[in-house]
Amino acid sequence: MTTTVPETSSFGQRVLHPLPDQLFATASDLRDGGFLTAVDVTAVDYLAHPGRTDLPADVSPERFEVVVFLHAHQRRERVRLRVQVPVGDPVVPSLFDLFPGTEAMEREVFDLFGITFDGHPDMTRILLPEEWEGHPLRKDVDTGRIPVQFREAPVQR
Amino acid sequence: MSIEAPEGTHTDLDSAERVHRRDGSAVLRVSEAEAFELAGDPDNPDDDERMILNMGPSHPSTHGVLRLMLEMEGETVLRTKPVIGYLHTGMEKTGENLSYLQGPTNVTRMDYAAPLFSELAFSLATEKLLGIEVPPRATWIRMLMCELNRVASHLLFQATNGMDLGAVSMMIYGWREREEVLRFFEKVTGLRMNHNYIRPGGVAADLPDGWQDDVRRLLDLIPPRLDEYDTLLTGQPIFRERLQGVGVMTPAEALALSATGPILRSTGYAWDLRRDEPYLAYDQVDFDVLVGTYGDSFDRFAIRLNETRESLRIVEQILDQMPSGDYRTQDKKVTPPPRARIDDSMEALIHHFKIFTEGFHVPEGEVYVAVESPRGELGCYLVSDGGPNPYRMHIRGPSFVNLQTLPHLMEGGLIADAVAVISSVDPIMGEVDR
Repeated sequence: MTTTVPETSSFGQRVLHPLPDQLFATASDLRDGGFLTAVDVTAVDYLAHPGRTDLPADVSPERFEVVVFLHAHQRRERVRLRVQVPVGDPVVPSLFDLFPGTEAMEREVFDLFGITFDGHPDMTRILLPEEWEGHPLRKDVDTGRIPVQFREAPVQR
Repeated sequence: MSIEAPEGTHTDLDSAERVHRRDGSAVLRVSEAEAFELAGDPDNPDDDERMILNMGPSHPSTHGVLRLMLEMEGETVLRTKPVIGYLHTGMEKTGENLSYLQGPTNVTRMDYAAPLFSELAFSLATEKLLGIEVPPRATWIRMLMCELNRVASHLLFQATNGMDLGAVSMMIYGWREREEVLRFFEKVTGLRMNHNYIRPGGVAADLPDGWQDDVRRLLDLIPPRLDEYDTLLTGQPIFRERLQGVGVMTPAEALALSATGPILRSTGYAWDLRRDEPYLAYDQVDFDVLVGTYGDSFDRFAIRLNETRESLRIVEQILDQMPSGDYRTQDKKVTPPPRARIDDSMEALIHHFKIFTEGFHVPEGEVYVAVESPRGELGCYLVSDGGPNPYRMHIRGPSFVNLQTLPHLMEGGLIADAVAVISSVDPIMGEVDR
């Protein structure tokens, strides 16, 4: 590892906590170390859960957290990268160049959380329609309050 | 599987071209408006440029509501854009508003062809956060039900794959045998699909009396029928012609694109979470992990057919080894008190009321659990803030991820083969869109 990244363990699973600008280098090192597959990319909005205790002391909690799951099949090892992303600047580097499989997952995170992946070839919505406004998995979006938005439907708001 | 790759298939590509394809040049990345611009003028005979063809979302071969934008040159598919989201109902958001006991009712609707696996992943994740042990009988019941569900799901694949390729009788046969399995599920769980049977702490109910006879009946009934499928499809030249060398993938591509399940195994990469990261009691049963040779659609068909046999082999061993005991944990935190106790004890009544209104509290933490669903790695990422509902519930749907291989499998192929490729990826759109 060329970068030092705080490491914790959660239920026996290895967790790394890189900064957003360390993410690409950390993932790149891990890929060179045999983690060939990005199993999943997702995010969590910690708006309603500010006092979490599972972060190491030198990692300052932010509202968003992007979680990347890497897998080294040959060594039967998994590692999880938890990246703190501030709400004021919700941008993290895209891992597409390292793991082409993250394309759809990063689009999903962008779609549902509004976190942008810098360097992604097609940063567009994937599950919701292209014209949709808002990011529903954010904690400040309530259920049952989003009017159904269809293209060319009369505006009812 | 001893089959020769037909000449002129993608296996002939040199490695430089392979890497090029992994770069994602097979993926079409245009918006609706741009696609409209590129679509070309179908009424103009001089306009023989590349065109954009729309396929789906309501196309019989798209297994639900998958839509594809195909960039075509003549009959050849150049680039593809899968357009998804037509079934998106925000199930991950819904999951944040349901208690842990209600969670399985939500996730079971994701992969509706293999609902028990989503329930299992969710329950295992919850149990890990709670730190509770599940009694052995519950574990083995879960294994029995999951393996039968894998049989049902692969039979559904055989049915739809046959239908897509014109073997319509296969559709009827596949559905017929699947129905036999679903009838057993109905007897055990009360429902054919969307069971809500596997729950945090164990399973919803013990197996009904005489379940051994029902399972034995399935074990007698299905293997001869699988041999019939072999006769009908595996050795049939027309069927093989449609599948061999169509939609080829290498192990490096599959790993880079995060593909799992039969797609990864078809490339010759032996990876099965049941064997390689055992959960439940899979380390106590004997089964083989099946791999392909060429990574083409035929290998994916053959792997699913033979995995059905392996699953039945596991079911046979479960039948012999099923332990007795409780079907759910006796941990009072997650299991309601017995009905009779509620009449005697005020505490039992309060306890029962709390579990079914507020739900049980789960300690703070985050965890990822993965199981091998018929489509690949099905993961559940749970974050708890110490409350009775998951703070965040994310399901890593194998269909969603495997769908990314479609543009790469279809690139350079014929439009007629697109149907075979979609079918061999076997996406379940409920899980893709969630």
